[in-house]
Amino acid sequence: MPSFVIPDKCDGCKALDKTACQYICPNDLMVLDKDAMKAFNQDPSQCWECMCCVKICPQSAIDVRGYADFVPMGASVVPMRSTDSIMWTVKFRNGNIKRFKFPIRTTPEGEAVPNGGWDNAPDLEGPVLYTEPESNGLDQLWTKG
Amino acid sequence: MKEFETIEVQTDLLILGGGMAACGAAVEAAYWAKKNDVKVTLVDKAAMDRSGAVAMGLSAINQYVGLKDGENTINDYVDYVRNDLMGVTREDLVANIARHVDSSVHLFEKWGLPIWKDDQGGYVHEGRWQLMINGESYKIIVAEAAKNALGTDNIYERVFITHPLMDGDRCVGAVGFSVREETFYVFKAKAVLASMGGAVGVFKPRSSGEGAGRAWYPPFNSGASAFFTIQAGAEMTCQEVRFIPVRFKDAYGPVGAWFLLFKSAATSALGGNYMVERRPELENWKPYGAVKPVPANLRNYLMMLDVMEGKGPIYMQTAEAIQNIAKNAGDEKAAKKKLKELEAEAWEDFLDMTISQAILWAATNIQPEEAPSEIAAAEPYFIGSHSGASGAWVSGPEDLAPAEYFWGYEQMTTTKGLFAAGDASGASSHKFSSGSHAEGRIAGKAAVRFCVKENHDVNYDESQIAELKERVLRPLKIYEENQDKSTQADVNPAYILPRSFMQRLQKMMDEYAGGVSAQFTTNKPLLEKGLELLSMLHEDSENLAASSLHELMRCWENIHRSYQAEAHVRAMLFREETRWPGYYFRSDTPKMDPDWEVFVNGSYDRASGDWTFKKVPITTIF
Repeated sequence: MPSFVIPDKCDGCKALDKTACQYICPNDLMVLDKDAMKAFNQDPSQCWECMCCVKICPQSAIDVRGYADFVPMGASVVPMRSTDSIMWTVKFRNGNIKRFKFPIRTTPEGEAVPNGGWDNAPDLEGPVLYTEPESNGLDQLWTKG
Repeated sequence: MKEFETIEVQTDLLILGGGMAACGAAVEAAYWAKKNDVKVTLVDKAAMDRSGAVAMGLSAINQYVGLKDGENTINDYVDYVRNDLMGVTREDLVANIARHVDSSVHLFEKWGLPIWKDDQGGYVHEGRWQLMINGESYKIIVAEAAKNALGTDNIYERVFITHPLMDGDRCVGAVGFSVREETFYVFKAKAVLASMGGAVGVFKPRSSGEGAGRAWYPPFNSGASAFFTIQAGAEMTCQEVRFIPVRFKDAYGPVGAWFLLFKSAATSALGGNYMVERRPELENWKPYGAVKPVPANLRNYLMMLDVMEGKGPIYMQTAEAIQNIAKNAGDEKAAKKKLKELEAEAWEDFLDMTISQAILWAATNIQPEEAPSEIAAAEPYFIGSHSGASGAWVSGPEDLAPAEYFWGYEQMTTTKGLFAAGDASGASSHKFSSGSHAEGRIAGKAAVRFCVKENHDVNYDESQIAELKERVLRPLKIYEENQDKSTQADVNPAYILPRSFMQRLQKMMDEYAGGVSAQFTTNKPLLEKGLELLSMLHEDSENLAASSLHELMRCWENIHRSYQAEAHVRAMLFREETRWPGYYFRSDTPKMDPDWEVFVNGSYDRASGDWTFKKVPITTIF
């Protein structure tokens, strides 16, 4: 199900130094046609269908179309991702529609504290890692007795 | 060809990759680095928010030991891993990951990952070791903590690392290029951590058209860790241990929730359950054929026997499983409510981590509560996790490792200064996302300790750097010099494009090294023929051509894959038995042989191009 760009919606992220889809694609597939100011997937056969581009697009201009070599036509799966949840709309080939909503995180975006509040300071020698053993929920790190 | 600027970055610890292991290393190393005045730099070929195998998200955390609540012991986990890998595992490494992994999971929860809870506030288990999560943003959350710890100034995104930088037999950095602008990067470091994931696309995928990218593991994990550690002269282990997952057919959606949480059975088209009907076959693979759960590769094998006998399609009996659970929920109203709940859980399982499976079900009008779904064995992959084991041979921790498995710094390879974690380190299977993060943390701390203690000067050979720059950029030059020799960019007698190079590799691996079309079966003559063809492919890599930075990355990704391929073929050739019949079957040595209950380790001499393989005894710690 490679991603494709809907020309009427894509504005090439014109206000930004690079497009959002180009920024995020883990396989470097999304590129901007600078003449048309529209993005496109430069190699659909290397697309993993992770939908990272679909989820990040500020214009909702990216959709997916099932892989032509094994997926029958007519279905769609569309995410709407917010800061704390994601809503999925699944449309079947026969027209049925299902909708699901799932949480995606429990903290405000950007605020993950690296030590999780466990500020233990073990020794650089030895196997105990930063935040341990409290972050294990134990009094001491397990070792072979 | 445009002139490439060279940018030099001087650092102490260089973390290569941006996935779970790299993020674990970053979050741990950042703390020790600050305390010890050590500089840490991370280089990712993509954007950390969505890079690596967890880019899409996950629906479960597959390694949680539950030590704090006494759910399991470290010994339990080691037993599970050793048995699943047919006896071939480094117990010290597995135990080390297992004792730290709960801490990584607890950190994920603090960072904001929603983990399912039961009525008493405990984690909801999918299986004995697995936790259910709402994991769409799993990677974003883990990357956020890593970025907050390291600071974005110390992170280079969209820089593709090609080669190690060596000072004799010590690794002192890495080189690569930006995939965004004409820049060649030289990272000079005291210690380097390879954590760039496993390898996909070495074997021909089942879908070779537009769906070629729909691998179970991501197509962008392209063997960079293997190539880097091989080129640095590090001893490699378990290179013969490929991983073949059985998943929903074609889109490779996860089956874990179905098998473990919903207690679903898989059957042939004739209705027989191969796990029951073929139980006698397990006798041939004892003692591992007799353990519970049955090792993943043996489960694969029993299914493959049905397929080879023409009993396909193989079905996951989803409807039956769902109806069984709903039936036990109580009255009709309760059953209806339960059914709705299960439906959402089943779809989230796909939407969180394999969206294409949801599309495929929708496109084929599959409602899991009404009809079964096809499952199949995927093409082979190379990973240090799950039931794979390929990777670099690394030092264990001082307090757990037998003397022969310990050389000073946890996770350091046999190449001084070069560490490995996640899919890059071998013989420590079943680490999954959480264990890879924990292993990255272990490596991050040990590598900082290395920087502090081995703080003597290293030499950076400028002629080596100049030579690497010429070699790395060569495909651009080849293209420019030869593009006029044909009216077609993709058909030119003077060069080979990365896509053709990849397809050639995949076809030879498929046919000679036991891929899908060979029913995962090979033998000595086939492997030797494969090596002959591989050596020509290596020669032709000199003529790879790239018309853009993107294609230049593709060229190097495929060279990386070809080295993983050669290590695999040579290791299968060396091991004269069949130990993991559901991963590959050597038809000339079709049985498991107790004399081969050893590690097969190999190393590469980059000066001569020769490989050396040896048997290494397995030392148990429990």
